[in-house]
Amino acid sequence: MYVNKNLAISDTGFIFNPSTGDSFSTNEVGKFIIDLLKQKKSKEEIISQIVLHFNVDKVNADKDLSDFFAMLKSYQLMLDENE
Amino acid sequence: MSKKKVVVGVTGLNNIDSPGPGIPVIRALKDSEYFDVRIIGLSYETLEPGIYMHDLVDKTYQIPMPSAGTSSLLERIQYIHSIEKLDCIIPNFDAELHNFIKLSPTLKKDYQIATFLPELEQFESRHKSVLFEFGEKNDVKVPFAKMIFSPSEIYQLEDKFTYPLVVKGKYYDASIASTPEQAVSYVNKISAKWGYPIIIQEFVSGNEVNVTAIGDGKGKCIGAIPMRKLYITDKGKAWAGVSLEDNQLIEIANRVIANSKWRGGCELEFIKSNKGEYYLLEMNPRFPAWVYLSVGCGQNHPEALLKMALGIDVKAFESYESGKLFIRYAYDQIVSLSEFEKISTFGEL
Repeated sequence: MYVNKNLAISDTGFIFNPSTGDSFSTNEVGKFIIDLLKQKKSKEEIISQIVLHFNVDKVNADKDLSDFFAMLKSYQLMLDENE
Repeated sequence: MSKKKVVVGVTGLNNIDSPGPGIPVIRALKDSEYFDVRIIGLSYETLEPGIYMHDLVDKTYQIPMPSAGTSSLLERIQYIHSIEKLDCIIPNFDAELHNFIKLSPTLKKDYQIATFLPELEQFESRHKSVLFEFGEKNDVKVPFAKMIFSPSEIYQLEDKFTYPLVVKGKYYDASIASTPEQAVSYVNKISAKWGYPIIIQEFVSGNEVNVTAIGDGKGKCIGAIPMRKLYITDKGKAWAGVSLEDNQLIEIANRVIANSKWRGGCELEFIKSNKGEYYLLEMNPRFPAWVYLSVGCGQNHPEALLKMALGIDVKAFESYESGKLFIRYAYDQIVSLSEFEKISTFGEL
C-alpha cells in the first residue's frame, strides 16, 4: 500500500490529488498519517507513532487506521503495490 | 523588446452559458508578451456579449452565417480586410470551420491573411460520425458508434448496442438513453435542432477528462493540458475545472496529434473508465472555451497558434502546472441602445 507520491497536502490538511483533480480536507491525525505514508512507513510503524503522539491505545489505533486506509483507498488516494 | 503589432480576426464571441472560445482566445492573445494584438471580432448575432467587450475586442463586424457558403463569407472578409488589414483569422466554431478551411489558401494567397487550420481531410477524419475509425487509425480506444438517419433505426440496433447508450447530434448535444423509447425521443429532439445523421454511441461509465491541445501540422504536439470538470452546467458545460497531472493522458494526446498530423488547436474529450482505461469520446477541431486555463498553467496555446500561423518558429512546451482551477462567472454588461443599433443596422461596432 502506498499513497500517490504527487499528492499535495498543505499544513492545514487540505489534500489535492493531481491525477484525479479531487480535493479533500483532513484533520491533524489524518495529515500525520499521510505524511508517514509518504515516507513509506509500514502500518505497524504508523500505529506506533500514533500511540506515541496521540492519546490512544494500540488496539483502537489499529482499528481506526484500518478504517482510514479503507477511506483513502475508496478515494483513490492510496493504492495497492501492484496498482 | 517591442511587441510585434498584429491584427487578428476572431469568431466565437458568444460568451454565454454555453460559451464559444472567442473571448478566452482573445484574453490569451492580449496576455502575450510577444504580440501587441488588435482584435477584430467576427460575430454572427447581435447579442454576442464579446461584441460589447471593448477592452478585449477593438472592433466587431458581423459575418454571414456558415450556411450562406464560402463566397459570401469571402466577400465580407474582403470588405473587412480593406479596412482593418487583417494578419490572421482564428475561427472558433465547429460549424464555420469547413468554410474557413476551404477559403484558407485564397485568404493566404490573395490577401496575405494567415490561418492555422487542419486540412479538410483531417477535419473530416475526426468527425463524430467516423470517430470510431479515427480511433482505430490513431491507436486510441473509442466507444463503438453508429450513424443513423431516422428514429426507426433505433430498433434495428438492439444486436449492436446495450442500454444505456448515448445519442449525439452531429455538431452539438448528447443525451444518455436508458430505453429504446427514450432514445427515439432524443433522436427526434436532437435531429430537430441539428439535423441528421445522429450518432449512437456505446456508453462507457467513468470520469470525464478533457485535454486542450495544439499541433504543428507536422506531427508535433506543441502543448497539451488535461482538465477535469469540477462543476457542470445543465447544458453539460464546465463552469469550473482543474488542471490534472496525468502522463498517460498527455501521452495519448501526443499520439493522436502526432498520428493525425493535426494542425491547429483542438479539444480531446476522454472518459476514464472504472478500469482506468481512456476512451476518446470526441475530438473538437478548435480550442475549447476553457482554453484560457492553458495560459494559467504556463502554456499560452492561442499565442503559439498565432505564431505558427505567422510562420514564427515555436518550440513544444515541456511542462505545465497542475492544480490550477478556472471558475467562470456571469457578468451583466450595460450597453447603450446606440451601440446595439450600430451592430444591428450597420453590422459593425
